[in-house]
Amino acid sequence: MARIQLEGVTRRFVLPGGGAQTAVDHLDLEVRAGETLCLIGGSGCGKTTTLRLINRLEEADAGRVLVDGVDVRERDPIALRRSMGYVVQSGALFPHLTVRRNVTLLCELEGWDEPRSRARAEELLERVRLPAADFAERYPSELSGGQRQRVGVARALALAPPIVLLDEPFGALDPITRRELQREFLDLRREGERSMVFVTHDLEEAFRLGDRVALLHEGRLLQVGTPEELRRSPADERVASFVAHHAAPEVRP
Amino acid sequence: MIARSALALLLSAPLAAGQDLVVGSKNFTEGRLLGEIVAQWIQAETELRVEHRSSLGGTQICWNALLAGEIDLYVDYTGTGWAILLKEPGQVSDPLRAFLHVRHHSIERHDVEWMAPFGLNNTYALALRREKAEALGATRISDLVGQGAELTTGFSIEFTNREDGWAGLREHYPGLDLEPRSMEHGLAYEALASGEIDLIDAYSTDGKLLRYDVRVLEDDLGFFPPYNAAPLVRGETLRRHPELREVLWRLAFTLDDRGAMELNHRVEEGGESFEQVALSFLAEAGLLEGETGADVPRGARGGLFGRLWTDRARLAGLLLEHLGLVAASVLIAGLLAIPLGILITRHAVLRAPFLGGASVLQTVPSLALLAFLIVIPGLGLGATSAVVALVLYAVLPILRNTFTGLDSVDPELIDAARGMGLTPRQVLLRIQLPLALRTIVAGLRTAAVISVGVATLAAFIGAGGLGQPIVEGLYLNDTSLVLSGAVPAAGLALLVDALLGLCERALTPRGLRTS
Repeated sequence: MARIQLEGVTRRFVLPGGGAQTAVDHLDLEVRAGETLCLIGGSGCGKTTTLRLINRLEEADAGRVLVDGVDVRERDPIALRRSMGYVVQSGALFPHLTVRRNVTLLCELEGWDEPRSRARAEELLERVRLPAADFAERYPSELSGGQRQRVGVARALALAPPIVLLDEPFGALDPITRRELQREFLDLRREGERSMVFVTHDLEEAFRLGDRVALLHEGRLLQVGTPEELRRSPADERVASFVAHHAAPEVRP
Repeated sequence: MIARSALALLLSAPLAAGQDLVVGSKNFTEGRLLGEIVAQWIQAETELRVEHRSSLGGTQICWNALLAGEIDLYVDYTGTGWAILLKEPGQVSDPLRAFLHVRHHSIERHDVEWMAPFGLNNTYALALRREKAEALGATRISDLVGQGAELTTGFSIEFTNREDGWAGLREHYPGLDLEPRSMEHGLAYEALASGEIDLIDAYSTDGKLLRYDVRVLEDDLGFFPPYNAAPLVRGETLRRHPELREVLWRLAFTLDDRGAMELNHRVEEGGESFEQVALSFLAEAGLLEGETGADVPRGARGGLFGRLWTDRARLAGLLLEHLGLVAASVLIAGLLAIPLGILITRHAVLRAPFLGGASVLQTVPSLALLAFLIVIPGLGLGATSAVVALVLYAVLPILRNTFTGLDSVDPELIDAARGMGLTPRQVLLRIQLPLALRTIVAGLRTAAVISVGVATLAAFIGAGGLGQPIVEGLYLNDTSLVLSGAVPAAGLALLVDALLGLCERALTPRGLRTS
């Protein structure tokens, strides 16, 4: 479990035309130890960039990112990233590796021996409900979209990282599969063993999965709070209208 | 095994080691025959160990090899010396003046000495179909003036374009109104025999003039420059072996036009070997004692299959040599181009210069590249230059495919790998290279198939391989000899393509095959 703090973080991109775009603008945000924070907002609001600033796939132009009080720039990026699971929308499984080797790639690189890696793969695959006996030796091309996403989650958990970053992990799935994976994600959250940052553009998903939800707009934080707080007391008009427009009637899982 | 034999080939590249004297020769019947005569003559009259490296390609290749010391001597012609070797402007018509001039200036400028000429003058000539010649009553070139409408020409491409060919001839003979039509010289005699054309350019000592029913027209206004054949020797070689000068001068004026024509004819039409014809010439001219004129056929003429069978031992050797050239080249090119491909994938600034440079190399004609390479010290005539040329051609497909293969790996995968905490090296080795492997092997496959083809040209610089029978056959006008090299080469290309195709499939990760 770890605590993540963003303090006055700014990230600008130079556009091909020569201009600059501020993707993240003086953002202050905290991810509390053990909580799941959902980052939400329309496209271009800076939520993915914010996520990538945490594992240093992007470097801040101003401000700083602290993990357990230490500036990430002072840490070796490789060690930093291995302490953070990373799941992306497409799953991004390596097509030339079996499911097992996708899951245990980091274990191999960390020098684990074969039996230990195998045992870890089986444990993780059971956990994401893909029986190892059936799935371990398959290739990604032999899996459905939902199965691939499950492997992606198992891969992110391989080294039991205290932090997991998820970038719209269920965004490309059909509604039924998405609902199923969301339910399983809640089991993961309930364990409370890790801090998670979950990027989504689906408010319903954010409200369902997040302990707290941070609403971003044009690189700035509009409001952060529990789903209840955002619903009951929106900070301003924009939050109120976003919640009103995007929240579907509540459905219990 | 291939790698080892390729390596052995590379190490043994300076084939001339252990010889005292290397005689080179140009790649046509008379050039090779005169080279063989000189080589046998020196071998017989001195203590020197002589090697004859025959069919080395055209004038530039032999001359460059001579200047670079790759060969010690070869036979060339005064007219060529004037116009091409010394690049003298204008034309010369007096044979003695031509000889003295090229001799003097070759020594002065290049430390190369022309020995006494053989006597023969292998200059351009015009040959007219006899039937036509009789109809027109033509015996001299002047007789053709005003007859342009009556005559269909079939000039060699070289003749049509040279100053001492058609361009000069037209001015020298006012009123000559022929319509010059270019065609491949090898086909011209056949076209003449079948009556499709009437007039061709010919070399005045060409053996084919004996076989076809033609009349060689007299150059009555003295236009064609003299092309007297003589051995050219490096000054350094003469200082090392002063006895050579006297030995070579004894060949002076031993072979006239008619004699040369007959010797050429015996090789081209009689099927005798160069060695045999050279030996019998030396004997008949009273220069050497020995058997004369015993016919030893060069090899079965006629059918391709018969030839493939009778020459099988030699062809198998050439095939291995060929494979060695190709394997060594593709191996070296791969070792160069794959890391380079990785480099240009990472540094976009390097992309244009390297890919562009490799593409430009690809456009350099193979023979020009070979001629250029043999003068570079350390390369010279033989396998080393051939391998360097093949490597230069093989770089582009491998480089391009390595770049394309790496560049087309889904950026999301690379991003995910980085985000997981793989080092740049691990991203390359674990993700990018395995995913690009199929494309890289496809590049190696293309390179190998190209190399099998280009390697046939290696024979022009004495590097052997299946090009050897092709080159020999082209100059002997012997189709089945050409095919005995070309057919195995084509088969080899198909085989290499198929084998590397299997490799490509075997190396494709299972996860990618279904997708």
